[in-house]
Amino acid sequence: MDIYLPIAGQSVNALLIVALGALVGVLSGMFGVGGGFLTTPLLMFYGIPPPIAVASAATQITGASVAGAAVHIRRGGVDLRMAAVMTVGGFFGSVIGAGLFRILQASGQIDVVIGFLYVVLLGWIGGLMLWDALAAFGYVRRDQPAEPQPRHGHNRWVASLPMRWRFYASGLYISPLAPLSLGFGAGILTVLLGVGGGFILVPAMIYLLGMPARVVVGTSLIMMLAVSAATTFIHSVTTQTVDIVLAALLLVGGVFGAQYGAVLATRLKPDLLRLALAVLILLVALRMALGLAWRPDEIYSIAYL
Amino acid sequence: MKRRAAIALCLSSLLLAGASKPVLVPDVSARKIEIRYSFAGAQLLLFGAIVYPGGRIPKDRPDIVVVIKGPPEPIVVREKKRIAGIWMNAESSRFRSAPAFYAVASSSPVSKLVDERTAAIYELGLDNLQLSPGTASLPDKARRFEAGLLDLRRREGLYSENPAGVEISDGVLYRATIAIPSQVPVGTYVAETFLIDDRKVVAVATREIEIGKIGFERFVALAARRHSVLYGLFAVILSIGLGWGAAALFRRRF
Repeated sequence: MDIYLPIAGQSVNALLIVALGALVGVLSGMFGVGGGFLTTPLLMFYGIPPPIAVASAATQITGASVAGAAVHIRRGGVDLRMAAVMTVGGFFGSVIGAGLFRILQASGQIDVVIGFLYVVLLGWIGGLMLWDALAAFGYVRRDQPAEPQPRHGHNRWVASLPMRWRFYASGLYISPLAPLSLGFGAGILTVLLGVGGGFILVPAMIYLLGMPARVVVGTSLIMMLAVSAATTFIHSVTTQTVDIVLAALLLVGGVFGAQYGAVLATRLKPDLLRLALAVLILLVALRMALGLAWRPDEIYSIAYL
Repeated sequence: MKRRAAIALCLSSLLLAGASKPVLVPDVSARKIEIRYSFAGAQLLLFGAIVYPGGRIPKDRPDIVVVIKGPPEPIVVREKKRIAGIWMNAESSRFRSAPAFYAVASSSPVSKLVDERTAAIYELGLDNLQLSPGTASLPDKARRFEAGLLDLRRREGLYSENPAGVEISDGVLYRATIAIPSQVPVGTYVAETFLIDDRKVVAVATREIEIGKIGFERFVALAARRHSVLYGLFAVILSIGLGWGAAALFRRRF
């Protein structure tokens, strides 16, 4: 069933896009990630121009994180003050990111920058996950015996920042500048790559800020929800690359997929799943790397003034 | 209407003067092509009749060339180069007026029908397109980018040449089918029909074809451009609403 995308200006197979959204949704429901890091590259492989893939994937992250965020708010697993500070940082990041995006678009380097950042990002995440999964199966040894870190062991570097605030829900007394800059970085990533940044935020919040695990996921979800919503809006206004038909197709597959994924996650073996996801991510990274290194099919490309 | 009147006038004056020039009476199968949600390209039929003075069909039959041109637009063509192991855009060249679509069909190869100068004047054939390359670029470079542009668009189906695409039956009725691919840009297209006799263009007729998005597609494309703030808000509300809706639905089921 072909459907015409009014912004991308091309016809795509609607069922395939919904299936893609569902696949990513299932994964995001299972692992509690936004899934943007898979949506965007897969859309690009399908032939959607990278700027449109990035902007429309951000819309899907909003949809996928709503349900998760709602659950965490109900359970009280959210540090709203921390989330607010990070969201402010995220807004600034997405505005700066949008500026960068436009500059790169005008100079014709946006595609290669998106591709390159994805290879680095996916290679890194996929590698970490693969290592984790292999460790769980006992193929490699985890070399981190000091796992139970001292509580509130936030980075010395973070502790040295001026102007401290109390974050009661997290039980922290730290400078808001640290979560602000964390949000800022995530905001830039969301605009440039169409990813929520959860896979970076969660470890950073635990190891850098020293937040207790019970509030980390909820807080990062709230922040991702706000920032991806803002990103969708900013993309609509500045780069005008949000294709609402594409986003809606992805959302329909994604939101339901995410729900099924959450159910599936309780029934399947998590280590095996993590291994499968790690391999999938690494394959996507490899394909993107080859895309950058191999002589492209088209040496010439056309941009409209 | 005006054109019809002109043709009629032409015809009558021809009859009166008894001149020896044939006239074209052209038409297209669709004056308007609408891009809808399921648009997968279209076939455009250009047809018409050649009206000879006195109704006599000459022994030496003339040829027909049909050209469809999309709206000219300024573009940048970028060339990828391998830099530090990565293929990225390096050099670029501007063209001030590259037609978004160009298709030529003729009853025999254009190069056999007219000389180079005539072909250049009427922009017959891909090699004769007036692309107006940017002034700063060197002729060598401009030629390289032009070749790249033509090749790319030809493979996308946006530029095409068909030296046997016009069928003339009994020397009077002609017809040509031109494929319009799904990714054509919108705008006013011009269909030109040339009657060529003895290496000269003896009659020209033009028709305009409107290619536009209609209905929902048009609404979305316009909204994204003109009301980007509302469009963005709607996209956000849509995503939150769908996410929320799915969650609510599933909470009840499981």
